[in-house]
Amino acid sequence: MKRTEPPWSARQRRRLWSALALALLCGLAYLWATPFIWMTVASFRPDSFGGLDMASLWPDTDFTLDNFVLAWESGDFPLWYANSLIFVTGTLAVQLVTISLAGYAFARLRFPFRNTLFYLFLLQLMLVPPVLIVPNLTTLVRLGLYDTLVGVMAPYFASAFGTFLMRQTFKTIPRELEDAAVIDGCSWWQVLWYVLLPLSRPGLVAFSIVSVVFHWNEFLWPLMVLNSPDKQVLTIGLVSFALGAEGASEWGLIAAGTLLVMLPLLVAFLAFQRQFVNSFVFSGMK
Amino acid sequence: MTLARESIERVGPIRRESATLPASVSLKPYFLLLPALVFLFLFTYFPLVEVVWDSLYERRLGEFEGRFVGLENYARLFADDRFRGAVLNNLLYALGTILPSLFLALLFALALKRSTRVNNALRSLFFFPTLVPLVAASALFIFILLPGIGLLDYYLAKLGFRSVNWLGDPDIALWSLVAITVWKNAGYFMLFFLAGLQGIPADVEEAALIEGANGLQRLWYVTLPLLMPTIAFVAVIALIAAITQVDHVIVMTKGAPNNATNLVLFYIYQNAHEFWDHGKATAATVVSLAALLALSLISLRSLERGIHYEAD
Repeated sequence: MKRTEPPWSARQRRRLWSALALALLCGLAYLWATPFIWMTVASFRPDSFGGLDMASLWPDTDFTLDNFVLAWESGDFPLWYANSLIFVTGTLAVQLVTISLAGYAFARLRFPFRNTLFYLFLLQLMLVPPVLIVPNLTTLVRLGLYDTLVGVMAPYFASAFGTFLMRQTFKTIPRELEDAAVIDGCSWWQVLWYVLLPLSRPGLVAFSIVSVVFHWNEFLWPLMVLNSPDKQVLTIGLVSFALGAEGASEWGLIAAGTLLVMLPLLVAFLAFQRQFVNSFVFSGMK
Repeated sequence: MTLARESIERVGPIRRESATLPASVSLKPYFLLLPALVFLFLFTYFPLVEVVWDSLYERRLGEFEGRFVGLENYARLFADDRFRGAVLNNLLYALGTILPSLFLALLFALALKRSTRVNNALRSLFFFPTLVPLVAASALFIFILLPGIGLLDYYLAKLGFRSVNWLGDPDIALWSLVAITVWKNAGYFMLFFLAGLQGIPADVEEAALIEGANGLQRLWYVTLPLLMPTIAFVAVIALIAAITQVDHVIVMTKGAPNNATNLVLFYIYQNAHEFWDHGKATAATVVSLAALLALSLISLRSLERGIHYEAD
């Protein structure tokens, strides 16, 4: 009797498997990209008023900027950009001060109740601000900060995540550098400002990217706090704009408006991909 | 002798004290922590107390002082079918998002472990939805899931499938939101697994290879057990996300159809902001906080591992 040869050698089988895995991965990658592909194609597509082939992912031969012009005119984009920018930078500016000071205390100083205080900070990681929207809104009304951008920022001024990040970053810096500065007559804040902070740039950048992305994208809390039309941020603007366009089935217009909202982060991400990815890994490792 | 011992004893405590209180003993540390503590107090600790207190009162629109009603708000809350539905939906939603997004994140990380140019591009692609506002993603998915002419139905029709009402069918709507969340978060979780995989020493894998373990065996007996801390940590993050992110519910469904997509935080938002039922909103907040605190006690160990807190 003739021995039957296996149809595939081990090597061929392994090749087949890795080819299959690659095909699966490419399929998933295409699936992941589809919403963005549609957004881009549809926003440049002419005459987008509820056409049957609105869903097609093929770019049309003639393209138009009409959707962007119309979106820019019917929405209040410059105002929304400005308010989002104020919200994001204002929050970050105060955060950088509070987390640097607190991070320095936890990294370098010994004092009674340090561990207790540290665990009190830790609490904010679990009791995240979105869960506390109802009591925090009451507090804002009492403080007279309802319907103000400062009111939207205030719950984020202290950041447990940022404090931990700065603490870890300060701890990697050799104490000898500080001692040398002290011998040269620097006070503690000069040590912090001239020695520690310049050496902590990776931590500061990582925190800044995560903070900016998080608040740029935030919706529920600003929606609760802000009331006047002239105080709205980009996410709220997009929703009011998109709901109007949805009623009229102006999908090209929605695609264009959404692209305008995503654009700043998309550009920043394409320019600093590695930095973004590293920062978000930091955001989990803490 | 006794005199010497006395002097040693006298020296002892003084030494110990100077070890715990160094020369810089002052209010400085507290002064440095003060800015952060003021805001933590105002917007994290105080609201905890206030919301428990408030949940015992009934308060009308525009009033600050309410009427004490005891546990009545809780009785109304638990008698509310919409609340019970929201809790059940939230459990389904959490399970439905955590399992597939962890699985996909692990798959992506294993497939893209080696840092090549193609792999880096694919990592960026999978990660990018994380950077997009959830409301912007929702705006796109409103069209993608549109019955009949939407992107999904358009291409499914070409494959011969019937049109589905993705957001209008009570049996399907919640799973449509689950799919959006998985799409948005899987790439974020992938980053943690990539970092976790890098932490596995190469010689462990090599040893398994020499022992003759095949790919699946290496994954099951070596890689996954060593990744357990990362998996636990990512599961906690995913769970928090399932409790705290409801932007897509607000934009896409408003809890409809038939409360099939009502999640707890959306229920709180709606009662506070649309129905002006402060009692139910605060009582539901207290219930969520209790759930989060219980969760944090359970997961404290995995969190601590992530934070690397060393009590020096």
